[in-house]
Amino acid sequence: MTTTVNTNALGDAETTPKDDPLEIAGGATAKYVDQRLGSNRFLGRNLGKVFPDHWSFMLGEIALYSFIVVLLTGTFLTLFYKPSMVEVMYDGAYVPLKGVMMSEAYASTLDISFEVRGGLLIRQMHHWAALIFVAAIAVHMFRVFFTGAFRKPREFNWIVGVTLTALALGAGFTGYSLPDDLLSGTGLQIIRGILQSIPLVGTWAAFLVFGGEFPGTDIISRLYAAHILLIPGIILALITVHLMMVWTQKHTQFPGPGRTNDNVVGYPLLPVYMAKAGGFFFVVFGIIALIGGLVTVNPIWIFGPYTPDQVSAGTQPDWYIGWLDGALRLMPNIETVLFGFTISWNVLVPSVIIPGILFTGLALYPFLEAWATGDKREHNLLDRPRNAPVRTGIGVMAIVFYGILWIGGGNDIVATTFNMSINSISWALRVLLIVGPPIAFIITKRICLGLQRKDRDKLLHGYESGRVLRLPHGEFIEVHQPLNYKELAVIQGKEDIAVLPAPEKADADGVKNKLYPIHNLQHKLSSFFLRDNVDKPSKAEIEAGQAHAAHTAELEAPLHDYEDLDQDPVGHGGVLHHPGMAMTNQEQIDQRH
Amino acid sequence: MTDIDHKHAANDDAHEHGSEVATKVGHSPVADIPHKPRVTDTDPKAARRAERQVAGMFTLSMIFVIAFVVAYVAIDKGTYVYIPVLGDVGASNVVLGFTFGAAVFLIGAGAIQWAKKLMPDVEVVQQRHDMTSDKSDEEAAAANYERGKEESGFARYKIIRRSLLGAMALFPIPIIVVLRDLWITPPGENPVEILSTTPWEDGVMIIPDVGDQTGLSPETSRGIRPEDLPVGGLVSALPVDIGVIQEEEHNLNARGKAAIILVRMEPSEIRSQQGEGWDYNGIVAFSKICTHVGCPIALYEQRTHHLLCPCHQSTFDLADSGDVVFGPAARRMPQLPIGVNAEGYLVAKAPFAEPVGPSFWERDRT
Repeated sequence: MTTTVNTNALGDAETTPKDDPLEIAGGATAKYVDQRLGSNRFLGRNLGKVFPDHWSFMLGEIALYSFIVVLLTGTFLTLFYKPSMVEVMYDGAYVPLKGVMMSEAYASTLDISFEVRGGLLIRQMHHWAALIFVAAIAVHMFRVFFTGAFRKPREFNWIVGVTLTALALGAGFTGYSLPDDLLSGTGLQIIRGILQSIPLVGTWAAFLVFGGEFPGTDIISRLYAAHILLIPGIILALITVHLMMVWTQKHTQFPGPGRTNDNVVGYPLLPVYMAKAGGFFFVVFGIIALIGGLVTVNPIWIFGPYTPDQVSAGTQPDWYIGWLDGALRLMPNIETVLFGFTISWNVLVPSVIIPGILFTGLALYPFLEAWATGDKREHNLLDRPRNAPVRTGIGVMAIVFYGILWIGGGNDIVATTFNMSINSISWALRVLLIVGPPIAFIITKRICLGLQRKDRDKLLHGYESGRVLRLPHGEFIEVHQPLNYKELAVIQGKEDIAVLPAPEKADADGVKNKLYPIHNLQHKLSSFFLRDNVDKPSKAEIEAGQAHAAHTAELEAPLHDYEDLDQDPVGHGGVLHHPGMAMTNQEQIDQRH
Repeated sequence: MTDIDHKHAANDDAHEHGSEVATKVGHSPVADIPHKPRVTDTDPKAARRAERQVAGMFTLSMIFVIAFVVAYVAIDKGTYVYIPVLGDVGASNVVLGFTFGAAVFLIGAGAIQWAKKLMPDVEVVQQRHDMTSDKSDEEAAAANYERGKEESGFARYKIIRRSLLGAMALFPIPIIVVLRDLWITPPGENPVEILSTTPWEDGVMIIPDVGDQTGLSPETSRGIRPEDLPVGGLVSALPVDIGVIQEEEHNLNARGKAAIILVRMEPSEIRSQQGEGWDYNGIVAFSKICTHVGCPIALYEQRTHHLLCPCHQSTFDLADSGDVVFGPAARRMPQLPIGVNAEGYLVAKAPFAEPVGPSFWERDRT
């Protein structure tokens, strides 16, 4: 029989399955389904599938679960919302707007908020869940990027992820526009301006999207189709692909004891992972419901219905659109007329070109890095960010660039809050946008290299215990202690990759290397990526280092023996005790008497 | 043999061949790393306590569900309560959100507590498999592909191949073509013309935009006399027939481009205008729609005569032809020439000389 090592103290695992009526019924059901679908083949292989554990692996889960909440709450909202721009006179429960003309879309959103019991709760849950969805995607993406989880064999999944990010922004924006309030309508007006800035086809594109001139009467129903069918449909399909790839390729894991590139160490799907992940879904759902009940979001009744000749000051888009709005604000006012045609660089660059470059760069990054480093190996062990300083630097650089644009999106709020000139803020941000990212890159890379050196020191000398020891002949040393098995495994998990060798212009026979410029570029890039890395010491050096640390620690041992004799050990806060020395203040007092 | 027996047999077998340290859980060997037992592993009392905690959370969840239903029925949707920090809030919303949120959260918290305290916490190991297929699979795929190519004659029938490629390239065209009528063009109109015309023309009376959504109510149809407008004052305004146009067109399009602002300053303060004598005794009229991306603008600074867009902070100097003084907008605000009619009301003297609102590709060809 199997050994039951994992039994908890209650000994639950010892109940015999054969006596349990639930087990018998379960077995019969499994058999019934299996005879029709062959499901046991799948279950047998996968119920025990191992998932590695790390807190950062929850981030993707949050994204998934908040998306499910978005789907559930969104379905409820469709039962009441009317995607129509027909003007009606409001006669509902919200008194301040009684008798005001507004679109049916806005009126029905008011009804959801004030007439339907629980309607406001579901609407706010929907909005909060959407905000959390995009935020979780962003942070999940950071985790994947900074740990190098996108490397072979997971490049396709990275692209699926980048696509999902773009779709999430689209889903968010289309949904934000549906209530047809003054705030969201102004957002649409800006979209119209952006569409119109596209060279050659822009004017027509704007007219086709809006069904004629802005605002028209079609845009809400069109956004509705995109928001409730097209975009979520694609997101759902891509999430399925995303998860199937994770399933097939098995999840990456951080380096640690017992973990290699060829195994996966963690908890089995049934029961631990299922309970934790399934439980976590309810936690996310519950927290969204609590926030939806307690914290107001997007109070559209305050903004009023949309009309194209009004706007309110200090209004902000949802957080994930802020960076695009910031880019629009910070871009200098350049417009050129070429052969009689107008190109609005001031709109085109920040709203079309910059996002285009950012998303293309994101999607291509795994391939660029693999090419630049010449790394074609499979990676199932994650990098610690410090061990890939250039990648980490690039990531931080992108975040700083994004962050400055995002602050730019709130430059009016910054100006009014801190009583500063909006012109100076804008100029400062323009300069920062150019010089900030390179500085961030350099600082990040330096920090990473410093941490690498620290790791190397730890391998060679153990860790600094912070305890100073005076040896019998008077020398003072700081006691270094060998690393514990966990830290040792984590630090040793670092992989050293060599810089690609410089190519020859011609081979030994004098045949010219036609690809020389390309190979040379690759060599230079690989050098840029890898040359500053601090090499891990050899195995023998590490063992020697740890043994040495163990030796200095041994010098302390007699003192520990002394302490062990004491029934009431006292922390010694950097001061070592010697025989005869008072252990506590009380003892000192006692000794004097 | 039953399935269960199979499993046990397989486990026993694997156990004999496995390392001595690793013990089996299901199918996977336990990771060969030190493991500290939890309190619940060693102390039956602690385990009982954890059991009660989990069951307690699940039970509490049920109670909250009942509370939700009670609150749904009992709390009137118009009831507001004051809650510190949150302020005056809808009672129904808060209570429904709290009870439902707590009910759901407690299920999750219970499940996680169960997993953490009572389910095994030893890590197990599984081997990964190379993503690359076996050689035999690769060969089978290649052989099948070759067979398919051969049997279909795809390589041989050149004309079929080419015509198929052509057909495949063309068939999406209708899918794109049908999108053309996303905008049903009114006869004789094109986007450039539409973007370049507004209801303003010579003699059209200017009425105040009182924020009414339609412009249909009769009291807004009264004009503005120059003396109604104090120096330093700003008024949002529309053409007098905006209500009629909206009723005809069933949309707000005309309003979106006809919106203007009137500002009165001392005539001596006007440094330049877009046309000679386009003001009326120091009253100037400018489009309200920003030339950047089209937000309506009404943040006016009396002293400097600067007009600031709340969306992206483009700033225009109304005393100086509406020129851009700061921000991302590249074009000045179009000015509307104004005067007074026989009854002494402000009117437009001509249409806008250039398209209002954001730029577009064909703008400078109009």
